[in-house]
Amino acid sequence: MTPPRTERIRIRFDKFGRIRFTSHRDVARVWERSLRRSRLPVSYSEGFSPRPRLRFGLALATAHESCGEYLDVDLEPGAVSSGRVDIDELAPLVNPMLPPGMTIQATAHVEPGAPSLQESVDSCTWLVDVPQMTPAQAHDLVERALAAEELPVTRTRKGKSVTDDIRPNVLALRVADPDERPPAAEWQPAGALLRAELGTHPRACRPAELLAAVDPTLEEGRVVRLHQWTMVDGVRREPVPLEASPPVGAGIARPSAAHAIERAS
Amino acid sequence: MSAAPPNPSSTATAGSSSVWSALEPHLPKVAKPARYIGLEDGAPASERAPHKVGWLLCYPDTYEIGLPNQGLQILREIVNERDDAYAERGYAVWSDLEAIMRRERIPFFSVETHTSAAAFDAIAFNLSAELTYTNVLNCVDLAGVPVRSDERDETHPLVVVGGHCTYNPEPLADFVDVVVLGDGEEVIGEITDVLREWRAEGKTAGSRPNVLRALAGVEGVYVPSLYDVAYDGPFLAEVTPRFPDVPERVEKRTISDLAEWPYPKQQLVPLTEVVHDRLNVEVFRGCTRGCRFCQAGMITRPVRERPAEQVRSMIDSGLKRTGYDEVTLTSLSTADFSGIEQTVQDVMDLDTGSAQPITLGLPSLRVDAFTVGLANKIQNARRTGLTFAPEAGTWRMRQVINKLIREEDLYGAVGSAYSQGWRRMKLYFLTGLPSETDEDTLGIAELAKNCVELGREHHKNPSVTVSVGGFVPKPFTPFQWFGQNTEDELRRKINLLKDATRKMNGVQLKWHDPRASVIEGLLSRGDRRLGRVLELVWRRGGVFQEWGEHFDEKLWLDAMAECGLDPDWYIHRHRTEDEVLPWDHLSAGLHKDFLWMDWQDALAEVGLPDCRWTPCYDCGACTGYSIEHIVASATPPAGGSQGTGQDLGAGHSVPVELTPRIPQGAKP
Repeated sequence: MTPPRTERIRIRFDKFGRIRFTSHRDVARVWERSLRRSRLPVSYSEGFSPRPRLRFGLALATAHESCGEYLDVDLEPGAVSSGRVDIDELAPLVNPMLPPGMTIQATAHVEPGAPSLQESVDSCTWLVDVPQMTPAQAHDLVERALAAEELPVTRTRKGKSVTDDIRPNVLALRVADPDERPPAAEWQPAGALLRAELGTHPRACRPAELLAAVDPTLEEGRVVRLHQWTMVDGVRREPVPLEASPPVGAGIARPSAAHAIERAS
Repeated sequence: MSAAPPNPSSTATAGSSSVWSALEPHLPKVAKPARYIGLEDGAPASERAPHKVGWLLCYPDTYEIGLPNQGLQILREIVNERDDAYAERGYAVWSDLEAIMRRERIPFFSVETHTSAAAFDAIAFNLSAELTYTNVLNCVDLAGVPVRSDERDETHPLVVVGGHCTYNPEPLADFVDVVVLGDGEEVIGEITDVLREWRAEGKTAGSRPNVLRALAGVEGVYVPSLYDVAYDGPFLAEVTPRFPDVPERVEKRTISDLAEWPYPKQQLVPLTEVVHDRLNVEVFRGCTRGCRFCQAGMITRPVRERPAEQVRSMIDSGLKRTGYDEVTLTSLSTADFSGIEQTVQDVMDLDTGSAQPITLGLPSLRVDAFTVGLANKIQNARRTGLTFAPEAGTWRMRQVINKLIREEDLYGAVGSAYSQGWRRMKLYFLTGLPSETDEDTLGIAELAKNCVELGREHHKNPSVTVSVGGFVPKPFTPFQWFGQNTEDELRRKINLLKDATRKMNGVQLKWHDPRASVIEGLLSRGDRRLGRVLELVWRRGGVFQEWGEHFDEKLWLDAMAECGLDPDWYIHRHRTEDEVLPWDHLSAGLHKDFLWMDWQDALAEVGLPDCRWTPCYDCGACTGYSIEHIVASATPPAGGSQGTGQDLGAGHSVPVELTPRIPQGAKP
């Protein structure tokens, strides 16, 4: 007999301000503690050292901010379908447990069999402040990057020097307006802003690599991940859009029937 | 003397005492920047007001080591509950950030509000380890405050130290203003009262000496600058107060009832990984086992238990508030807590609203089967390893150090642990103990081998890790007169063990750097003349000496030579009964003649029973302060002869319940 299925929810959250100096691992621990405090019926792995079943998306580098971080949480069987957990009530329940600067923005139910966050995200949109860069230099940088046949980046991996061409992963690039900063970003640009959509396959391209490939003297200042993108049936969309909380998976946007019935009764 | 490090006295943020805006742009470039941002749960910003006394409570090592320190967390809450004071925290910054701060003239800061340390009325340090002393100097200097006490005036904060190492603060005497002995819960309030008056009077020019005089009148407070030290050749002749109102001997402070101090009420939950990252609940303070090498056990007497009911409620509310899934019951010997079995059961039965059981940590356990029975109750304990501390390899040696574990106790504990599913044992030992022979040293390997043999009855590949530390004699212990083993001798003993264990299958040997033990020994029993040594080592970059990658023995030995001081005399020389010790004008409550008698008993290989359950032998800790042990149970704990000098039959029967364990999710 197969055990009853756990129910997966997907959480989209922000990370802004001082908390941006925490690492991906730190954030994972923060979630474990915050979810325990919220007393949500999180499902745990079996065995002698049960761990909460949480899955995180692409790691956000320490010191970067984001308005599009994701986390999948497996809840105990029936938690959502029986109405024990109302995913629309999740944000007000859990947000007070989160440290200042981390906030749940949206939640969604994930259909069984939907791909994991790690494998489904194809690209990310970044806003990058480049201190000391003038708008003219920024326009020049954008032109050169987009005109380049290839953009080689050399990095060390396991003590060996590896060179990758990141040009195929530069999907879009333009100079951005200071107004494009998200409202939660409490900083003033120290130079020109770039807005870049960078691919994640086979390896996620990072904003600093883009700068290094075009002009090694440039250093990134504030960096915000604005979006993560996934292709569903040929349509580019976010794993959880900010507007609504539709179920995620199989490309079918329909309200969770069981959920609706439970709430009506 | 080489040039001092650049002194960031003019701060980068004139007009505001917060250094955050200056600090923030540099944080992406340093390792683990989350150490410097604060934001811990349980740490709301303390409210300041001009009339309030500001305390900066510091741990002189990294955030990861310092944040869990319970003493600082307790004091932080006690100060912040007052209307007339506030407390924030500071930790030593790692070398990468320090270099940036010195370059950019950013001063040492508090992690809550990033306020410059110099803006507080007192910078207080917890001293838990001798090798952190140079970090104290570094933090003070980085605050833009003169490191030497006599160069500070009323525009500077007072530099205060507390914690176990303050029972011999003499090496730091030139640098600290105020030393606090013993429990800090009550005395921090009394010091705050004095500082509040000082603030109210406007800290007028020349008022600093008066404040120090006033503080010297507070019980438990020692002001080193108010004492004259006379030498007789290399020996100390006497330490005398310079004024009649300054006490000749400073007694430690002791809170009589732990139940009145249910702190921390809001243990800090850090955002980044730290050591001991879990809920900690102190179940008792003090220990009367009487292990003669153990300074903590000697200086924290008498035993004061927290009522079991309070322990339970602190665990329950603490877990709910923090979201931790792990709690540790802290004390110097947790299996001795009255009603420990019930407490363990209660924790296992807690409703946390989650399918996940609570992990319970029981540190500092005795070596006996009762302990394994307790550990076995914790169904979900990750059964990877259990740790025991027999401390010495032979019964003779264990009588000398008064850790009266019989071999059958150890084998009983290890055997039942293996039978219950544990596969790895960790055994802690000391080497370089008084009267230790090679036979005693090699006894360590013998015990380990026998433990592995026991494991083979239950597992294919049992393992025993033997961890050996070099013994460092500490003040206010019976071994304070003992000449510490030299680095060569410690190394020789470790090599004996390396050779002996090389071919022992399943036995792994780990050892502590003997060079670090020697320098720890230098500071542990040093006098004021070491102040110059500390300053030289610090000025030459000798910080973070607790860290292997930073520790530099040569810095210390060179500085000793430059100051004309002989390391042998300080570290390896046996002291005589009539010698004036650098800490004789301080008191941990213990009679010096009791300690001497215990030292003689040690050399005669005579053990001393635990006075919780046997008549008082007047060590001085209770009688001197008219306080008593607070122990809920009048009978010795079940099982284990350790330290009681009694055989197993004298206690309760041993309730070792060896129950089958059920993994989570498996069907019963």
